[in-house]
Amino acid sequence: MPEITRDEVAHLADLARIDLDDAELDHLAPQLSVILESVASISGAAGDDVPPTSHPLPLTNVFREDVVTPSLTPEQALAMAPAVEQQRFAVPRILGDEQ
Amino acid sequence: MSTSTREAMLPWDDVLAAYDPALGLEVHVELNTASKMFCGCPTEFGAEPNTQVCPTCLGLPGAMPAVNGKAVESAIRIGLALNCEIAEWCRFARKNYFYPDMPKNFQTSQYDEPIAFEGYMDVDVDGETFRVEIERAHMEEDTGKSLHVGGATGRIHGAEYSLVDYNRAGIPLIEIVTKPIRGAGEKAPEIAKAYVAQLRELIVALGVSDARMDQGSIRADVNLSLAPKDSGALGTRTETKNVNSLRSVERAVRYEMQRHGAILSGGGSILQETRHWHEDTGITTSGREKSDAEDYRYFPEPDLVPVAPSREWVEELRGTLPENPTQKRARLQAAWGFSDLEMRDTVGAGALGLVEETIDAGATPAAARKWWLSELARRANEAGTELAGLGVSPLDVARVQALVDAGSINDKLARQVFDGLIAGEGTPDEVVEKRGLAIVSDEGALSTAVDNAIAANPDVADKIRDGKVAAAGALIGAVMKEMRGQADAGRVRELILEKLT
Repeated sequence: MPEITRDEVAHLADLARIDLDDAELDHLAPQLSVILESVASISGAAGDDVPPTSHPLPLTNVFREDVVTPSLTPEQALAMAPAVEQQRFAVPRILGDEQ
Repeated sequence: MSTSTREAMLPWDDVLAAYDPALGLEVHVELNTASKMFCGCPTEFGAEPNTQVCPTCLGLPGAMPAVNGKAVESAIRIGLALNCEIAEWCRFARKNYFYPDMPKNFQTSQYDEPIAFEGYMDVDVDGETFRVEIERAHMEEDTGKSLHVGGATGRIHGAEYSLVDYNRAGIPLIEIVTKPIRGAGEKAPEIAKAYVAQLRELIVALGVSDARMDQGSIRADVNLSLAPKDSGALGTRTETKNVNSLRSVERAVRYEMQRHGAILSGGGSILQETRHWHEDTGITTSGREKSDAEDYRYFPEPDLVPVAPSREWVEELRGTLPENPTQKRARLQAAWGFSDLEMRDTVGAGALGLVEETIDAGATPAAARKWWLSELARRANEAGTELAGLGVSPLDVARVQALVDAGSINDKLARQVFDGLIAGEGTPDEVVEKRGLAIVSDEGALSTAVDNAIAANPDVADKIRDGKVAAAGALIGAVMKEMRGQADAGRVRELILEKLT
């Protein structure tokens, strides 16, 4: 049976930038384990002859033509930005995560 | 945080005596499709910020991606040209991370199912061939561009906030990753440079990218580690990001080898991290620590169905591949009569295609090489651009040489024609006319100038009359000066000798 540990929940919370305190971790870890167990029941229904499936439809190679379609105007694009400067999205600085 | 100090460096020979380098190169190639990877936004370089964005590339709720078929075709062609296997079936995956250069909070990429894998490229360095193994080439999308505002340096460290332009987000990108390149020894910097140069040449020949390193359409990350000599081990590596010129690839490898060498020989250990390359000072500085905790939670992209290129399609695309660059270079070198050194300089300057087109346009190989590698390479260097970005086309160069051959201008005047071409003053003929550069063929004017020179230099004239023809050079110089360079020196010499012998 899959089980998710408290440490794993803490790691996931860290990756997802969710600040969880000790009480929340204690509370959430068993809950997530229950969810995993429920989902794991699917593996009981699928035998070894059923390959893991990421896409429900048996489709491949759905391509579009390399054709330009109209973009938004910058006003539209920036309409919901929390802050705008020099026609750009102004966002808090983030250190250490530059790709 | 120190961002400018040069760290301790071990002398080059000491590095080679004690350590074996292992190199790894990750090259990102921006494709030149008309539209983005997953939406129909245009991809033109240099547009006003946030004018080439839509709900899909902005990651707005409900927007759905659709794969650009042309980008898949280009990816397969790149893979084939690198002697790779092409996947029979592969998927896109979400690479999850928190950084505002991707508004979706993930980058659509490929994870353990790259479209192309297990290839190689033979790289020529100093007349020797070195095989670089390719691990994979996968499809992904480019990220937005961040401008860091505030802080002391304007770079990310100390920045108060960032301004993001998403025009580049979603432009199709192929990431080409080598296997660790070992056994390169002292040639590691040259091999790294030659690999990127040859890869760029290949990309140009395929016609799948603008291949402009100065505009970021080809970007290299340089992984480097050192291990004790002959230990066969792999040391801890650093990854130097965004090394954006061929020369910098070479310099970055050399710098990191000497920096690692100083740390290791001092008993220290290398921190696995990314390093920032500084083009101006030629050094790297510490970036982000790359720990094992790096965890992107890749999972298959549910909004895009798998890509399964039929073998028929792959073979059809194989038929569209250009001539193998190594064979092509050998063929051109023989046809042009270039020495190994001349050929290497031509390739190294990224001028092979330009020289070829110039020759196709009618110039001799020697003339094409002379203009591109001496005159124009120097100017591109001064302007901090690439040859292709100088504003002078192969047709222009061929025309300038034709004007020289016809006696309309000389080499000195040709340099002024290039000034005009670079300044955007029109075609070579237009520049010659607008700037009044044509050689004066008016015999009367020439004759007068020659008479003046003889009158002003009676001693020299006497020597020539006495048969010392070599002295004519001084008079030719005087005439050329009076004609402000716009005379045919050969004709001037003839006139001088006619008048004095």
